[in-house]
Amino acid sequence: MILKQLHIFGDYLLLMGRAFHRPERIRMFFKKYYSEILALGLNSVGIVMLISLFIGAVICIQIKLNIQNVWMPSWVSGYTTREIMLLEFSSAIMCLILAGKVGSNIASELGTMRITQQIDALEIMGINSASYLILPKIAALVTFIPILVIFSVAAGITGAYCTAYFANIITPTDLTLGLQHNFTPWYFWMGVIKSLFFAFIIASVSSYHGYTVKGGSIEVGKASTSAVVACSVLILFSDVFLTQLLSDAQ
Amino acid sequence: MISVEHLYKSFDGRQVLCDIEVKFLSGHTNLIIGQSGSGKTVLMNCMVGLIMPDSGRIVYDGRDLVAMTKKERTLIRREIGMLFQGSALFDSMTVLSNVMFPLDMFSSMNYKDRMRRAQSCLERVNLIEAQNKYPNELSGGMQKRAAIARAIAMGPKYLFCDEPNSGLDPKTSLVIDKMIFDITHEANITTIVNTHDMNSVIGIGENILFINNGKKGWQGTNKEVLASNNKTLNDFVFASDFSKQLRQDIIASIHDSKT
Repeated sequence: MILKQLHIFGDYLLLMGRAFHRPERIRMFFKKYYSEILALGLNSVGIVMLISLFIGAVICIQIKLNIQNVWMPSWVSGYTTREIMLLEFSSAIMCLILAGKVGSNIASELGTMRITQQIDALEIMGINSASYLILPKIAALVTFIPILVIFSVAAGITGAYCTAYFANIITPTDLTLGLQHNFTPWYFWMGVIKSLFFAFIIASVSSYHGYTVKGGSIEVGKASTSAVVACSVLILFSDVFLTQLLSDAQ
Repeated sequence: MISVEHLYKSFDGRQVLCDIEVKFLSGHTNLIIGQSGSGKTVLMNCMVGLIMPDSGRIVYDGRDLVAMTKKERTLIRREIGMLFQGSALFDSMTVLSNVMFPLDMFSSMNYKDRMRRAQSCLERVNLIEAQNKYPNELSGGMQKRAAIARAIAMGPKYLFCDEPNSGLDPKTSLVIDKMIFDITHEANITTIVNTHDMNSVIGIGENILFINNGKKGWQGTNKEVLASNNKTLNDFVFASDFSKQLRQDIIASIHDSKT
């Protein structure tokens, strides 16, 4: 079991070694990078905004109704919403959701290319298929997921304001006071830095699972599932270490 | 010319290729035939470097593929065109983009020239009208033709075709065979076709290698197939009773015309 995992890890490192090669044509790399930004990044904006908007609203409502009491200051709901969105939801939880959406997309795309011999066709042409296919995905996600994190924070706070303006759960003044209370800019950067690592995990691990598919369509489905599971577990593990590390670095 | 010398390949202790020795000639359509599981695809994959053989040499005009460094192997692959069994067109690209792809990657031509070259390849395979379609909008035969256009876009010295007629009707198969044959002769390419199709054997088999259980079973031309006394070859090529009878009739008529 351990030997098998070590074998997989070794294979993953070798694949990353091949992927992090200088692209054959920089022009083609940027063309592919741009299309990956559209396919993996921009196509995820809607779902990220929607989920964050509702989660921001729900956190605000839950804190106001279930935690806040007369002994607590009125700004607690806004303050807690901000901290949850900045520290965990918009980075870790959002990346877990993206691992499902983007990770399965990458694994199934590369898996299908593998079983239909499209990857072999690239190799026969003398192209480093790992670098051509995987590097733009990693680059696209590592550059775009931090932007999604920023969108997510903004959408979450907008959601919280919706509860104030439309549901009258909290007054906008209290919410604004909470959102501004004791703001630590480093927390924002913590979320962004964590998301860079998570983006790398999603792109590289999903690519590994898709690229190494052997067999037919059933194996592509299995690779897609195992990519999502592996990404989720690795994101959760690394979140623990990164949170500790970055909190100490503050 | 490509020469294969004493090639061996095994998987998990099972010998798949055993002492294969053959020369594939330039400007000829060289066919590899044999039953399913006889080792044809493994031989082709070894020849293009997708699989490394256990021992032996694969010599491309004096250059041994097996002994090459990774970089040298990458460079020689740019002289190779390959037509895959399932076409292997990039499904996210149009037909024209598929054909332009190797040019985009490797040629120093400007965009207009690359486009012109890709369109001339598509015209060569009579597919110019489908240049803006995606592979999933094409029929099986059209996909094969698009794959041929992509394979010849860079002007390869060596063309490999893995079962080009699989899944095609007999008429379309003949069109594909003729296209491969003509392109081979026009550009003096060393073409190697891996096939099950007996029409191809008779039609374009200028140099045929028959593989039986991973070993070289027979080698000759399409004309020699008819007269061959190799029982395993005859049982494979003329498998049905009808084709056996047809062969005997042809041999008898040749014999009668001689006497």
